[in-house]
Amino acid sequence: MLLGPSLAVSAILFSLGVAGVLLRRNVIIIFMCIELMLNAVNLTFIALAQQLGPDGQVIVFFVMAVAAAEAAVGLAIIIAIYRHKQTLDVQNINLLRG
Amino acid sequence: MPKEVGWIWLVVALPLAGFLVNGALSFFRPTAKRAISTVGVGVLVAAFAVAFVMVRAIAAGAPEQAWVVSYWSWIPAGKLQLAFALQADQLSAVMMMVVTGVGALIHIFSVGYMGEDPGYARYFAYLNLFVFFMLLLVLGASFPVMFVGWEGVGLCSYLLIGFWYEEKANADAGKKAFIMNRIGDFGFLVAMFLLFRHVGSLDFAAVFAAAPTTFAVGGGTITLITLALFLGCTGKSAQIPLYTWLPDAMAGPTPVSALIHAATMVTAGVYLVARANVLFAMAPVSSAVVAGVGALTALFAATIALKQWDIKKVLAYSTVSQLGYMFLGVGVGAYADGIFHLVTHAFFKALLFLGSGSVIHVLHHAYHHTHRHEDAQDMRNMGGLAKYMPWTTAVMWAATLAIAGVPPFSGFFSKDEILSQAFERGHEAGIYYVYWVLGSVAALLTAFYMTRLMLYTFHGPNRTGEHEREHLREAPAVMTAPLVVLALGAVGAGALNLPAIAPSSAWLERFLEPVTRMSAFYLPEGQLGAGTEWSLLILATAVAAVGIFGAWWLLKPAALKAAREAPAEHGWQLVLARKYYVDELYDAVVVRPLVWFSDRVLWRTVDAFLIDGVAVNGAARVMRFFGWMGSQLQTGQVGVYVVLFIAGALVILRALLGGW
Repeated sequence: MLLGPSLAVSAILFSLGVAGVLLRRNVIIIFMCIELMLNAVNLTFIALAQQLGPDGQVIVFFVMAVAAAEAAVGLAIIIAIYRHKQTLDVQNINLLRG
Repeated sequence: MPKEVGWIWLVVALPLAGFLVNGALSFFRPTAKRAISTVGVGVLVAAFAVAFVMVRAIAAGAPEQAWVVSYWSWIPAGKLQLAFALQADQLSAVMMMVVTGVGALIHIFSVGYMGEDPGYARYFAYLNLFVFFMLLLVLGASFPVMFVGWEGVGLCSYLLIGFWYEEKANADAGKKAFIMNRIGDFGFLVAMFLLFRHVGSLDFAAVFAAAPTTFAVGGGTITLITLALFLGCTGKSAQIPLYTWLPDAMAGPTPVSALIHAATMVTAGVYLVARANVLFAMAPVSSAVVAGVGALTALFAATIALKQWDIKKVLAYSTVSQLGYMFLGVGVGAYADGIFHLVTHAFFKALLFLGSGSVIHVLHHAYHHTHRHEDAQDMRNMGGLAKYMPWTTAVMWAATLAIAGVPPFSGFFSKDEILSQAFERGHEAGIYYVYWVLGSVAALLTAFYMTRLMLYTFHGPNRTGEHEREHLREAPAVMTAPLVVLALGAVGAGALNLPAIAPSSAWLERFLEPVTRMSAFYLPEGQLGAGTEWSLLILATAVAAVGIFGAWWLLKPAALKAAREAPAEHGWQLVLARKYYVDELYDAVVVRPLVWFSDRVLWRTVDAFLIDGVAVNGAARVMRFFGWMGSQLQTGQVGVYVVLFIAGALVILRALLGGW
């Protein structure tokens, strides 16, 4: 398979996710960018599994399971924040400021 | 060792038991005066009885070495193996008799004197505690045991001077006594440390046995040790320069002044020098200092006593002066004579204080009846009391003649013995003639100021006041009876140690000989010729007579005005009345700079600024700054956390991939 292009794609996807997390303010977008990063990693696992054996593919299932759980919890938190603050802009959510 | 000596613990334990019982009573039954008196006086009488039996055994056994009774291992610390031990020998026998005998009489007197005081139980508890510590002081078999007693009597002195602590002046007087004594105690401690360093033991027997081989006669070490010991003596026994606490100590009840500040505690310094006679005899410079300070104090205090109006202040300065004689005695190597004067002084000075106490008691009652607030201790408010108080007057005259040195009263023999010993030492160094002159002039002044006290108090017209006069009467028998017993001692105690020219002379000197034997080796052998001795005796008698008749002739009690109307003093009289301004001098030179230093430097600079400000609060402030820096990272902004997180992840990645 085309290992090099696969890794390149996943690197691009991951960087996009990082950039989104860093630059965007909407919590939902940030959340989606995190999912993007997780899936970029998944793609890396799949690509490398072609050469290194099936372990990587197994881990992908774990990641998907964790991502599903994370999505459930994360979206619940986002709804709670929205109900509380009437906004989803992270710059307005700074209750933990020291 | 006879079995009586085994009872030595009983002498010490009895007053302690009295203290415990009376201390408990003062909390739970302070009004049970009969029980308190019984216990307080009873333990003293019992202790006196035991002491008497023991002294007979000591006199019969005549031990060459002190009988030491060791009870338990007190401080076993490496090289220092210290037992809690008491010792019985001739010197402690004499002291024990004085402390328990005079102490018992003063306890009896106190029953009458303090009878109406609300702090009756507390008073007797303190007094018993004092006797306990005093006996520990004179019976201890080592320097540290003695030091426990030494500190304990200081504590009791403090407690009893400030007995009426509601008045600030009394509490201040107590503090002054305590602090002055601490200065002296420092010397005592230094001496003990030096002795331990050089001898390796602190037991009397071991130290005195080792001294001749350990120290060089007249060497620096022994001189330093003895001077440090003497510093302790100047504090406890009120000698120049630490004497100023004793006159102030008169703030306490009068029997306390008699017991602690005349008969027993203040003589502890004399006892210490006599006990350590070997050390002092080996240090001629120190001995000369002891004698010099004693002679100077004798004269100095006597001049102050000339112009005091407070009857107790006269007696206080008189005590300082008489203690000076004792130090002159032990300083010239006449240890037995110093102790002899201690004994006679205990009789006549306790008598004088108790006599003045009964005068004050009666006057105080009279003023109390008429609700006038006059000073019951000011001699200008007395006068003519002989008519109302014949017994007190008679015994006071006996004591006055004794202290003035009129033969054959006791003070004559003891004072003359000290002065003639000082005169005798004049052959080797002229300075001793100076001491003798100082002592003789002081003797003249002693006769003068005591006659003055008697004239103003008991003779001449009465200045108490019209209405008070009818309340003047003799003190109750419980107070006069001890006075009469003391008067017998004041008159007859001279027989203990008659001068060499008399038959069966110097009994006390021979009795104490085992204690002072070792020091005799270092002292010059000298015996005055009978002619010189007679001349000195006649001279001493003449001095006393001149003092007494001089006072009689010069002083006019009839012209004296009561304290309220008295004219102000001026000139030289004012200087004497103000005690040469020594208190003011000490205040300016020592107290104020010390207070300033404590306040500005120690408190404000060291404590408040350096320790509180820089060290404690400063450390907290630095930590708070670091915490503040950390808290600045906690912006609450998710973005910042992510940036930091990613930066961190990149750093770790870099490290994992290649490392730096």
